[in-house]
Amino acid sequence: MRSFSYLSAPDVETALRVIADGEGVKFLGGGTNLVDLMREGIERPATVVDITRLPLTGIEELPGGGVRVGALVRNSRLAADLLIRTRYPVLAQAVLHGASAQLRNMATVGGNLLQRTRCLYFYDGAAACNKRAPGSGCDAIGGFSRGGAILGASEHCVAAHPSDMAVALAMLDAVVEVESVRGVRRIPIADFHRLPGDTPHIETALAADELITAVELPPVPVAANSRYRKVRDRASYAFALVSVAAALNVEDGVVTEARLALGGVGTKPWRATEAERALLGAPATEDAFRRAAEAELAAAVAGPQNAFKIELARRTIVATLRRLLTEGSAA
Amino acid sequence: MTVIGRPLDRVDGRVKTTGAARFAAEHPYPGLAHAALVPATISRGRITTLHTGEASAVPGVIAVLTHLNAPELKPAPKVTPLRLSSLVSGTSVGYLQTDEVHWDGQPIAVVVAETSAAAREAAALVRADYAPAPAMVDFAAAEADARPQRGNPLMPGEAKKGDAEAALAAAPVALDLRYTTPPHHHNALEPHATTAVWDGDRLTVHDATQAIDWFRAHLAVRFGIPAADVRVLAPFVGGGFGGKVSIWPGTILAALAARATGRPVRLALTREDVYRTVGGRTPSIQRVALGATRDGKLTALVHTSVTRTGRVGGLPEQVTSQSRHLYDAENIFLRQSIVPLDLLSNTSMRAPGESIGTFALEAAIDELACELDLDPIELRMRNEPAVNPMDGKKFAHRMLREAYAVGAERFGWHERDPRPRSMRDGRWLVGMGVASAYHPSWRFAANVTVRLSADGTVLVRCGFQEMGMGGATAQAQIAADALGVPFEAVRVEYGDSALPMSPNAGGSAQTASVAGGVLEACGRLKRSLAAMARRTGGDTPETILRRANLPYAEAAAGSDTRFGRISGQVRFMANLLREQRRWVKAASGAQFCEVRVDPDTGEVRVSRWLGVFDIGTVVNAKTAASQLRGGIVMGLGMALSEETLVDPRTGRIMNAGLAEYHVPVHADIPPIEVSFLDDPDPTMPLGILGAGEVGITGVAAAVANAVHHATGTRVRDLPITLDKLL
Repeated sequence: MRSFSYLSAPDVETALRVIADGEGVKFLGGGTNLVDLMREGIERPATVVDITRLPLTGIEELPGGGVRVGALVRNSRLAADLLIRTRYPVLAQAVLHGASAQLRNMATVGGNLLQRTRCLYFYDGAAACNKRAPGSGCDAIGGFSRGGAILGASEHCVAAHPSDMAVALAMLDAVVEVESVRGVRRIPIADFHRLPGDTPHIETALAADELITAVELPPVPVAANSRYRKVRDRASYAFALVSVAAALNVEDGVVTEARLALGGVGTKPWRATEAERALLGAPATEDAFRRAAEAELAAAVAGPQNAFKIELARRTIVATLRRLLTEGSAA
Repeated sequence: MTVIGRPLDRVDGRVKTTGAARFAAEHPYPGLAHAALVPATISRGRITTLHTGEASAVPGVIAVLTHLNAPELKPAPKVTPLRLSSLVSGTSVGYLQTDEVHWDGQPIAVVVAETSAAAREAAALVRADYAPAPAMVDFAAAEADARPQRGNPLMPGEAKKGDAEAALAAAPVALDLRYTTPPHHHNALEPHATTAVWDGDRLTVHDATQAIDWFRAHLAVRFGIPAADVRVLAPFVGGGFGGKVSIWPGTILAALAARATGRPVRLALTREDVYRTVGGRTPSIQRVALGATRDGKLTALVHTSVTRTGRVGGLPEQVTSQSRHLYDAENIFLRQSIVPLDLLSNTSMRAPGESIGTFALEAAIDELACELDLDPIELRMRNEPAVNPMDGKKFAHRMLREAYAVGAERFGWHERDPRPRSMRDGRWLVGMGVASAYHPSWRFAANVTVRLSADGTVLVRCGFQEMGMGGATAQAQIAADALGVPFEAVRVEYGDSALPMSPNAGGSAQTASVAGGVLEACGRLKRSLAAMARRTGGDTPETILRRANLPYAEAAAGSDTRFGRISGQVRFMANLLREQRRWVKAASGAQFCEVRVDPDTGEVRVSRWLGVFDIGTVVNAKTAASQLRGGIVMGLGMALSEETLVDPRTGRIMNAGLAEYHVPVHADIPPIEVSFLDDPDPTMPLGILGAGEVGITGVAAAVANAVHHATGTRVRDLPITLDKLL
């Protein structure tokens, strides 16, 4: 690991000033991803600013029924919070499906949003990767791409976004609050993560000098009946092959509201708007669920190693909606 | 009261759980320097330029060693009967002696620095230009280039009885199936590590090794010094599974770096280094063809395999080994073929051969049972041989019938509805499967001294390896019973080449081998005490020694002098070959598996496991059960999730770490019940057959068979990932 200077920021203002003035400055939250990437030589910051002393650790109810979550709330605390568990069970479940208990105790909400892909070629310094070394090419195409994306990929990058939490946030239309010396911005989650296009190294809308300060969850009454399903290669401690965040309202056998987002299949946390459109007003039946899944997956593009994800995503969407119907949000 | 068999806690449990035990990377020395490896990033070719300037400039760097400036290393000598230690040479490459690159990952430089952080950072800054040469790294594409594997007197590469192909063609029921298994890695908890210290021309090495004596001999040859001037210490090894039997670059380069810098050097491999510089298990392509009569009598058994080695070394695997012994087929044909590739040598990994060989054979037997509409246990019983099917040799011990009978009863096998996809638990499909476990039993020469002191304590000395199996505990139990002293009175010294010579920890042979030496030495000790008692009187060992005015009495099995070792080895090999001609010796068992499969997603969860094993005498019921359970866990990884991804375009391992090489996590492992038949083998020391490897055999087949029962889908390519069940 490259030697770096370390600073512990006493307040938000100091943190923002340091990152505005310096070159190669990175914020350190839980460190569960950044430190890994530094060890691998993928991130090589000159200065690391520890932000864990900043007062961004609250979970507060907002007028109107929303909830504001501080960027430094640990994943384990978020998942255990009663407000989150009752209003947004999908979010609590998604967080608990990520990583391990030890990692969740360290990882922060802001850091989770900035998790970088687990693509094998991104992690290997000897491989070509446009995300790690812009313009070098993509060895994942034609290589081991079992974990790769089937939605939102480009000829420059097929890396899947790894987060579970962010999939639930996408489903919930969360808003990411960021701050810099220039002021405060509120970025809708749909705009926060970017598609790779021809600049896969630019992963989010966060500017180089900005700090994530909070995530706001709007009131989403249908989320009270929501769940998260993660399918992976072992029972725990693996990234999603496919995950589904879903919320459903059914009246008289007809879907009156539906929200759906996918993980493991997209180059960003994937809000399944086509599927939602197909579900709205449709009968709450296995057939309709399947048609909705197919509507979303019509755009899927896969290689030989991840072609199964199209079928797996279809089946997992149907199975998750079916369980929502029969079991509600019970984990 | 006898202590053999009792589930005693391991004697080294306390120092390990409190952290007091020092592993190879934990030995402090004044002036200790740290080394880090720079791996090649091509599979074959030459280094044209090495850019080391940036690395040398990192504060704390002492030296950047390359082929241009490293001290001389002698080549690895050929294996001869008197130089068996060359078998531990992981590769034939002269590390840092050549500009040639033979595999992606070969160390092309070593950085030595004041801290391991500085060494690793500097190593990352070394860049190389290469002139690449064409490399063959794609195993699947090289299948057609495979050539019959050379055998040895203990393990022939090919075997036949009758005309199996003709019998297959004529069989009323015939199956001809192809199975594949991917490369695997051991992933011992402790990554390989070496601390090397020179004192003039004398070398001391703390190493994570399964082969102390051969390491000593091999290091002596490579550095051109007498073996007596090399000391290898490995009192604690954090798991090996075969990955620490051979000498890999790290050990040699730590000693080389220490010699070059004049400093004690510690080289602790990163997990990625282990993948790139320590061999793993070969992938395999296997054909199993079975011919049978309608009532399930096997008329033909064909089992062939293709595996790979590296062009610079590698161990051929006896993939068809179990197929010589498990079924009484009238006609048998077995052949092992091998193809060399431009990859790091493969090496032994827990039950090399049988772990992947039992997958194909035991899955094929299950397929035949379905074809015949016969219970798979019944099919096995109808073909259970009375003598070794290949040649009529006697089985020293054979209890598969008993293992299946006990297992079927305990597991509730009779509750299984034989129709695939017929059993459910809520939304889950439920399946039950069985398979046979089989692993040959070996015994090698071990030199042991046993000392009985006048205070009643006993010291057993033998340089064997302890990797977590409980070796010292077991040998203390054996010595305690042999001498009639309490278990607590026995201390065992091991893990040091200064002690009497022990064989490697391999082939599940260590407990029986060392037990042979312990029993022999204890017998001598008792006889000499009896002789003493006749001269001076006394009725207990303590009184005899006191009257004879001796602080202790000592007896040895085997001799550590050069002549003693050679003659001991020759005598032993002759014995071994004679015994092999007479007996077939093996540990075996019956593996019972229950799975649940999600019908939507194909996720497989193993929900119950029972293994009933014949390992001969059980020396310690606790550590033996742990060994077998560990083997089953490793087998579950092999069945469901483990696979080393070697990019066929480059020969580079792409998942060199525990994040993406999926060993089972706790949530993948069900309650595992282990049961022993505990019946001594009459031909082995104390009746011990060995427990280290038999546990993993048959596991993947039992899972595959249970998955078929649950889903109706046969998966013949490991691992059984969910995409294969969609």
